[in-house]
Amino acid sequence: MQQLFSRMNKMSTFLASLISIVLGMLIGAIMMVAAGYNPLEAYNALFVSALFQPYDLGETIRTVTPLLLTGLAVAIAFRTGLFNIGVEGQFIVGQMAAIIVGLKLPLPSGLHAVAAVIAGGLAGAIWAYLPGLLKAVRGVHEVIITIMMNYIALYLSNAVVFHLLAPGADSTEKIPDSASLRVQWLSDLFGGARVHLGILIALAAAFVMYVLVWRTRLGYELRAVGFNPLAAEYAGMNVKKSVILSMMISGAFAGLAGAVEALGTNGYLPIMNDFTGIGFDGIAVALLGANTPVGVILASILFGVLEYGGGNMQFEAGVPFEVIRVVFAAIILFVAANIVEKIFHSRRKKGVKTNA
Amino acid sequence: MLETLTNILSMTVLYSTPLILAGLGGLYSERSGVVNIGLEGLMTIGAFTGAVTTIFFGNAWIGLLCAIVAGILLALPHAIASITFKADQVVSGVAINFLALGLAVYLTKHMYNGSSQTPVVPDKLSVISIPLLNKIPVLGPSIFQALPTTYIAIALVIITYFLFYQTSFGMRLRAVGEHPHAAETAGINVIVMRYIAVMISGALAAIGGAGLSIAIGSQFTQVTVAGQGFIALAALIFGKWRPFGVLWAGLFFGLAVALALTGQLYHLTNYVPSEVLSMLPYILTILALAGFVGKAEPPAANGKPYEKGAR
Repeated sequence: MQQLFSRMNKMSTFLASLISIVLGMLIGAIMMVAAGYNPLEAYNALFVSALFQPYDLGETIRTVTPLLLTGLAVAIAFRTGLFNIGVEGQFIVGQMAAIIVGLKLPLPSGLHAVAAVIAGGLAGAIWAYLPGLLKAVRGVHEVIITIMMNYIALYLSNAVVFHLLAPGADSTEKIPDSASLRVQWLSDLFGGARVHLGILIALAAAFVMYVLVWRTRLGYELRAVGFNPLAAEYAGMNVKKSVILSMMISGAFAGLAGAVEALGTNGYLPIMNDFTGIGFDGIAVALLGANTPVGVILASILFGVLEYGGGNMQFEAGVPFEVIRVVFAAIILFVAANIVEKIFHSRRKKGVKTNA
Repeated sequence: MLETLTNILSMTVLYSTPLILAGLGGLYSERSGVVNIGLEGLMTIGAFTGAVTTIFFGNAWIGLLCAIVAGILLALPHAIASITFKADQVVSGVAINFLALGLAVYLTKHMYNGSSQTPVVPDKLSVISIPLLNKIPVLGPSIFQALPTTYIAIALVIITYFLFYQTSFGMRLRAVGEHPHAAETAGINVIVMRYIAVMISGALAAIGGAGLSIAIGSQFTQVTVAGQGFIALAALIFGKWRPFGVLWAGLFFGLAVALALTGQLYHLTNYVPSEVLSMLPYILTILALAGFVGKAEPPAANGKPYEKGAR
């Protein structure tokens, strides 16, 4: 019976997410109509161009890859009671560390890429250590600290490029092939798209999250601390250690995202004028994915399609890409405010009343 | 030397103005118990609306008014989601930032043939000199020969101070942010107070944003605001959620921005990389929150949705 209820609950979450997506896209459509565009044509261009050609499919997968990882990063933090808005910063230091190893550490092919990916994950974890520590020891809210750390990461990365890696230039050189995640057969499979091995790493990470959070003692503790720190402490769990660890695991996923993006998609590190936005998009992905690995995978696919297809939509239907950002925002608001369920809920309540 | 000092001070005032305005906006919202990560987005919509309506009407003051209205309107979804629907306030704020930048750039591209920046505005809020006072050495040319938004910011700090600590409105607002249930028992409508606070927040942040596009700068681009909403948030925290705290913190962070920008001019970057100067506001905020530079304590009910009757 209980299982049935939990399944029904999952179904309704899924349905609510689906309705939120439709409502979000409807808002996008209204904005297009208001500006004199044809939304059907635009959405058609978006989906067709994101999915139907091998090349575009490959590029869509490439877009999905880092979103999946940053989504997991945000989700695992949410699961353990933390709001890691610093995924963007951890992503940036992950990028930086991966490129440093890629450029400066002469390692044999194969090993080189592995070392660079690990370096990215480690850098993200280390970057997340401080907000975790301050939360655990001083009780400082992680949201503000991680926002500040995002900016520090941005300037740090730029300083490293400008002063150390490529003095005077606006980006580093390309990393050698030995550190790249790009492989010929995969590119060939998708008509020369920039899709890379990062997608396998991202899928593996989703599996790791599932096992870690739901199938290990550590994961049980992390969730317990997130759910009710006082009770967890009473049960003999080390709350401080758990908070720091949660933050670092989340940071590691974010760092991995940066590493695969740097090693697979770009292959170099530029001086950045602004954030990549991939870390912030992770918040939307996690939220829509209800903080579960499968949900995050599905949500990252949707956002990846919208993101990549949105670029083509601008090209083919003339609709500015930014309408997609508005759709993202609307979906986040609908999911966060739980509008769908609240409306259903009040209906149901009213129904009961009239029956009685 | 005196000239250098005057230059740095006037740039400090210039760059701190938007931070103080948006920081004050954050102050209203957060003192009423609603976290506002959306300051960045509210500034963005202010900057965009200010530029576009100034181009349309040919008058920067009308542009400023329109920006205020737009700021209030964009603050509404945040209020509805986080107060009425009790959404996570941080998530809702993040959505506001997405929404604002998306909307602003979408409309800019739509109106100006795919360009992600507006044309230069035909009219600007120009510098106002206050006679006599502007003759004071150093202070005169930097403070009493400033943009209208600077005077507005300073006036708003003083008004906010009196409003918060001398009027019943201010006390109610603060009560709602500290002990909403006690406030409700005392007959204050928590929901209405929070709505008002969030909308004021939108208005003030939008003035700060408009200042960037029609006073300091002269157009709206995708990177006009570029993180200043988050520095304003930092100023709010570094200023310990107090009106004059926001003023001093805003000035201090403005100084950091001015030094980062002029550092090259004065060979400062020979000693300190400009990136380090840019990082300074954020590092100081972390230190302040960690309790190394005075303890920053947020309002007690900040971030908590109000459930009537719950404890």
